[in-house]
Amino acid sequence: MGHSAPRYAVLDGLGDAVAATLGNRLLATRFTQGEYCFTVRREAVAEALDLLRDVHEYQQLMEIAGVDYPDRAERFEVVYCLLSLTKNHRIRVACTTDEDTPVPTVTHIWEVAGWLEREVYDMYGVIFAGNQDLRRILTDYGFRGHPFRKDFPLTGYSEMRYCEEQGRVVYEPVKLAQDFRNFDFTSPWEGADYVLPGDEKSLGGPPQSPTPKTTDKPSDTGAGAAANKEAAKPSENAPKEDKA
Amino acid sequence: MAESLQDMTVDGLVEQDSTTGDLEIQNYTINFGPQHPAAHGVLRMVMELDGEIVERIDPHVGLLHRGTEKLIEYKTYLQALPYFDRLDYCSPLAMEYSYVLAIEKLLNLEVPLRAQYLRVLFAELTRICNHMLNLGAHVMDVGAMTPNLWLFEIREDCLNFFERASGARMHSAWFRPGGVHQDVPLKLLTDLADWLDTFPKLFEDSMSLVVDNRIFKQRNVDIAVVSKDDAVRWGFSGPMIRGSGIPWDLRKSQPYDVYDRMEFDVPVGTRGDCYDRFMVRVEEVRQSARIMRQCLNEMPDGPIASLDRKVVPPKRGEMKQSMEALIHHFKLYTEGFHVPAGEVYVATESPKGEFGVYLVSDGTNKPYRCKIRPTAFSHLQAMEFMSKGHMLSDATAILGAIDVVFGECDR
Repeated sequence: MGHSAPRYAVLDGLGDAVAATLGNRLLATRFTQGEYCFTVRREAVAEALDLLRDVHEYQQLMEIAGVDYPDRAERFEVVYCLLSLTKNHRIRVACTTDEDTPVPTVTHIWEVAGWLEREVYDMYGVIFAGNQDLRRILTDYGFRGHPFRKDFPLTGYSEMRYCEEQGRVVYEPVKLAQDFRNFDFTSPWEGADYVLPGDEKSLGGPPQSPTPKTTDKPSDTGAGAAANKEAAKPSENAPKEDKA
Repeated sequence: MAESLQDMTVDGLVEQDSTTGDLEIQNYTINFGPQHPAAHGVLRMVMELDGEIVERIDPHVGLLHRGTEKLIEYKTYLQALPYFDRLDYCSPLAMEYSYVLAIEKLLNLEVPLRAQYLRVLFAELTRICNHMLNLGAHVMDVGAMTPNLWLFEIREDCLNFFERASGARMHSAWFRPGGVHQDVPLKLLTDLADWLDTFPKLFEDSMSLVVDNRIFKQRNVDIAVVSKDDAVRWGFSGPMIRGSGIPWDLRKSQPYDVYDRMEFDVPVGTRGDCYDRFMVRVEEVRQSARIMRQCLNEMPDGPIASLDRKVVPPKRGEMKQSMEALIHHFKLYTEGFHVPAGEVYVATESPKGEFGVYLVSDGTNKPYRCKIRPTAFSHLQAMEFMSKGHMLSDATAILGAIDVVFGECDR
C-alpha cells in the first residue's frame, strides 16, 4: 500500500505535454516520489510559469523555496511549487542561479510572489529582477548576510542583549562557552572519508612539523638569531686549536 | 477622533493662512504593533491613514523569526519534529502532520490503520482547538467579550485531551514518522465521545451570541471582500479561499491517511468577506466533530506505529527482552534513521490553510533542506490589498479573520 501522504490526481503523459509547451525553455524533467519537477532555463522562468498557468491550469503559486548547493557552479536552486485547483495536481518548477545573477520576477503573474521572493532574497541573497520591493523580510532590521546559506554558521555572527549599564539593547559578536557539537554518525566501516584519531600512526608515522628544528652546529643554538651570533664568537678561555 | 483631528489641523493652518477654503490634510503614518493586543502576536504594520481610512499598509513580519528551517538542517529527522509544534502553537499537531507525512513519503513507509485513525482524530481535535481560539479572538477584536471566555473553556478541554494522549498540553510531539508515539487509553476515547456530545451545546450557545448579532455583522459583513480570482492569485488557502467561495479542501481533494473514508461537508462562503470566513470556521468545527465521531466508531485495534524497526523504535518492554530491539533503540535515538535521497512537497489542510513542507533529503540522517510553507505568510501579504479603503478599526477584524499566528508566519 505504501505511504499515506496526500494523494492527488495521477496525470499520464504530463511530462511530455509540459515539454511540448515549454519547448527549449525546459532543461530537465524529474519524476520522483510521484512528483514532477521541471528544471527550466533561468531567463525563461517567468515565461514558463506563465505558460504553465495559462495552458496547463496551474492557477496557484503556493511556495518559492530556495535551496543552496555550494558544490555546484550555480549554487542556488529556486523552486516554485504550483498547484492546480481544477486538475487537482501539483508540480514544481526549478531554476538555478548564483549570488550575482538575477532571476526574473513572477510578481506580475501572481501577487503572492512578492513576499515569497523577498524571503528567498533575504535567506539566500538571490536577486529577483523586476521585483519592485525586494527588501529583507524575516531577519532583523540592519541584518547583514544571508543566513540560510550553507556557509553561514548556525549561531550567526552577532548576538543581542539588553545592557543594564547603557540602558539599551546592544549587539555583540557571538561568544559561546562551548562549540556547537555536530556529531558524525557515519560508520567507520562504511566509507567515512576522514582519519579516525590514532589511525594516522599507521599511515606514515607521527605528524611532522614542516621544518623540524635542529641544532647541528654549536652556532645553531635553537634560541634565535641573536643567540646564534653570540654562540659563534670564540670564547677567550677556549683552548688553542692544535695546528699539527 | 476624527472631529478633534479636524480641529487640530484647522488650528494649525489658521496661523499660516487665513483662507480656510482649501485645507490640505496630510496623510499620517502610524505603527500598528508590534505590541498591540489585536495584532495576534508580534506584527508591526506601518499604516498610512487618511483620516481613519487606510491608504497603505506595510506589514513588517519576522519579529519572531527563529531560523527553524536552519535549525532543522542540523538535527536528525526525529529531533527536528518538536520544532513543528512551535510553529503554529495554536494547532501543534496539524504542523507535525505535514512533516511526518513528508518523511513517510520519502521512505515510502506504510502506517498501520489505527495510527492513521488516531492521527485524523487528533488532527480534527486540533482544528477545533485552533478555531476556538481564533473565533474567540476574532469576536473579541470586534468588541464582544463573553464568547471568548466560553470558547476558552472548550479549548481547555481540548488541551486536556492532548495532555492525556501525549503528556504535553501544547507541544505534544506525538505524531511520529510511521505512526504516533504512544497508544491512547480506552478511557480517553470514551471520554472524547462523551465530550463530543456535550461541547456543541456550549459552542452553539456562544455562537448564538454573535452570528446574528447586529453589531458583529456591522463590523464584519462586506469588510475585505475577496473575489475568487483574487483569492487564487494571492495564494489563499484553507478557510480564506473557502470564504471566497471556492470549495477547496485538501482533506477532500487530496486525502491523506483515512480522510477518504470520512464523510464531511466543505463549507464555502458566498460573498468572500470577513463574516463568511468566520462562518466557514464555525461550520468547520461542526464538521470536525462529525469526523471525530466517525473516527471513534470505526477505529480498529492494532499497532499504533509501523513495525519497521529501522524507522520506529521498539517499545521499552521489548527492549528488556531482545538485544536486537536494544540496538535498534540505541541507533534510532543517537544516529536516527537515514532517508533516501529525494525531494517531496507535502501539504496538508491545517486549521489555517495549506501547511506545506518541502523536504530535500541527501540520503543522510538529517534533512538537507526543509522549507516550511506557512499559511499566514501569503494571507498577511494580502493585508494591504484587503484593507485598502477600509477604516482603521476594520483592520483588526480583517486580521482576526486571517487567523494569523506568528510562530508559523515567521518560523
